[in-house]
Amino acid sequence: MTEPVVVARGITRRFGPKTAVDTVDLRIERGQIYGFLGPNGSGKTTLMRMLTGILRPSEGEALVLGVRLPGNAEPLKQQIGYMTQTFSHYRDMTVLENLRFCADIYGLTARERRARLDELLQIHDLTEQAHQMAGSLSGGQRQRLALAAAVLHRPRLLFLDEPTSAVDPESRRAFWEQLFDLVDDGASIIVSTHFMDEAERCHRIAILDHGRKRADGPPPRLMRDLDANVVEVEGGNLRLFKRDLDGRPGIMSTAQIGERLRVLVEKSIGDPAAHVRKAGKLALNVRCEVVRPNLEDVFVSATRRAVREGAA
Amino acid sequence: MTSLRRIWAILRKELVQLRRDRTTAALILMIPQIQLILFGYAINTNVRHIPVAVVDQSRTGLSRALIQMVEATQVVDVTLRLPTVQEARRAVRASRVRAVLILPPDLDARVARSPAANMGQPDSTEFASARPVGQWIVDASDTMVAGAIKGLRLMPLAELFRQPPNRQVPTCEVALFSNPEQRTEVNVVPGLVGIILTMTMIMFTSAAIVRERERGNMEMLINTPVRPIELMLGKIVPYMGIGLVQMAIILSLGHVLFNVPVAGSLWVLLAITLLFILASLSLGLVFSTFAKSQLQAMQLTVFVLLPSILLSGFMFPYDGMPKPAQWIANVLPATHLMTMIRGVVLRDAWIEDLAGGMIWMGGFAALGLLVATLRFRKRLD
Repeated sequence: MTEPVVVARGITRRFGPKTAVDTVDLRIERGQIYGFLGPNGSGKTTLMRMLTGILRPSEGEALVLGVRLPGNAEPLKQQIGYMTQTFSHYRDMTVLENLRFCADIYGLTARERRARLDELLQIHDLTEQAHQMAGSLSGGQRQRLALAAAVLHRPRLLFLDEPTSAVDPESRRAFWEQLFDLVDDGASIIVSTHFMDEAERCHRIAILDHGRKRADGPPPRLMRDLDANVVEVEGGNLRLFKRDLDGRPGIMSTAQIGERLRVLVEKSIGDPAAHVRKAGKLALNVRCEVVRPNLEDVFVSATRRAVREGAA
Repeated sequence: MTSLRRIWAILRKELVQLRRDRTTAALILMIPQIQLILFGYAINTNVRHIPVAVVDQSRTGLSRALIQMVEATQVVDVTLRLPTVQEARRAVRASRVRAVLILPPDLDARVARSPAANMGQPDSTEFASARPVGQWIVDASDTMVAGAIKGLRLMPLAELFRQPPNRQVPTCEVALFSNPEQRTEVNVVPGLVGIILTMTMIMFTSAAIVRERERGNMEMLINTPVRPIELMLGKIVPYMGIGLVQMAIILSLGHVLFNVPVAGSLWVLLAITLLFILASLSLGLVFSTFAKSQLQAMQLTVFVLLPSILLSGFMFPYDGMPKPAQWIANVLPATHLMTMIRGVVLRDAWIEDLAGGMIWMGGFAALGLLVATLRFRKRLD
């Protein structure tokens, strides 16, 4: 068993009266893609910034690649790569100039640099754009440039802050292929996202909400261990049916997805499908069926429980 | 050494960005030229052609000759002739003229008795002969205008009677060094190097760190292994070259257009200008660590620029200022440069004459760099 790349204990960050990250514990193993899943404002970026050492935790501490934080984060810089949420390379420089700049900052020798830049342009499909201004690139190209720059010095740990928010689905697929290649080469990756499908690709995820970690584990296990049943309702007037269900005992949440209504029912209810049918007064010709939970159900359940605990 | 490579990376990045920013690059070259031409011709402390009015109450041949003599000095231009003193005062209030010459009705009698006419030597304590010939009413709010007209007070009158002017024996002989023709340009051109460099150098670096922040590049930069001192040096060095180019433009144009040759050694000139550039750049970097936006950086630049123009000795003599103002002026790198660059360009001052100022500027630059480096944190909080 190798040493984990990140261990955090009770890490907390307050901005004035607001607590952005609240006593989060983390353990991230080597060679994994670890996802922070959460809505905007859930503390993903703050948590990531604390782990790269550019933000001091208000409380708690972390051990990142053996470097203790808070503390001198400089020894960490050469070993980590960081891809910021908004494009942070120079828009008035070309792709190649930006990559050269990073190569020099990370101390690559002239010979290493030439070989590495050629390789990166090829891997990240930027050869044609090499002499194009970074500011004039498309969203997908910009993201590829940012990833290329972040991995240029072969970091052991890569931080990606919502890397695919401004990217089309096809580019996103290609992007994730790159990530798995990097993991295959021995890197560990921490990625934040608010996309369920993206979170599902991670080896492990932590669900963040209002600065707290609500759940963590591999996505399949989280789905399997969901302490709720999922019932899908089809047919009838779904908007009316949803209004009937909301607030009923045993019903955790309802959400319409196209022609279907997805209902989370508490685990304690014996026959969830029958419970849903009975709960809806106007349910005449609806079909109720227990289905396999997905990650969104896990997310809803995890964040809902927190709301209830908070109210209690 | 990796450290040098990183400085070089920052430096080259700055140059690439500057090259892409065509307008800024053009301004770097145009501003010194335009300002030199403008100020070289415009600033003149030898006041001439002041518009004045004349109230001639005597209306004799003598009074007309006297007015012609006054005009012949070129200090004043008679633009208005008014019948009464009241109207003349109104003209001064309305700033149609700066001064009024009043020639009284008994002008001829006064001239005849005046010692200035050199007609014998009446007793100057005698009331009748001690009376002046005419009177100037001056709007003295501008001390330079007032001073120029005061200079007409003792105008000799002997010429009125086609006699050689009264030869006065001076108490002391005055030998004018450095600028015997008393041309203002000679003082302005070297001084302009200090003003333009203060402006461009502080402005460039005061925006340097802020710009990275505003354009969103800072988060990427602070996640790299770059050290604050490397970042600071990488941002200073390219502008040192630019500062030297600007100095060369000003002094060579000053030589060609205004005939202000460089008397001293070019090496000494290079040394003091470089030190001044370094001091200004590091001051800009300190500002850059304070300012949250480029607008704030600009305000801080102007905050230093104005005293650098008004207190440094560029416009008004340093020695005439009260002591506290001199202390403040002494903090500004521009004050030291004014003395030193005028020394080198006009008086062939040698390096040992300038040692004090050079040490001070070097210390200022080092301190600024240190403060900027210490204040720059590779953190967001």
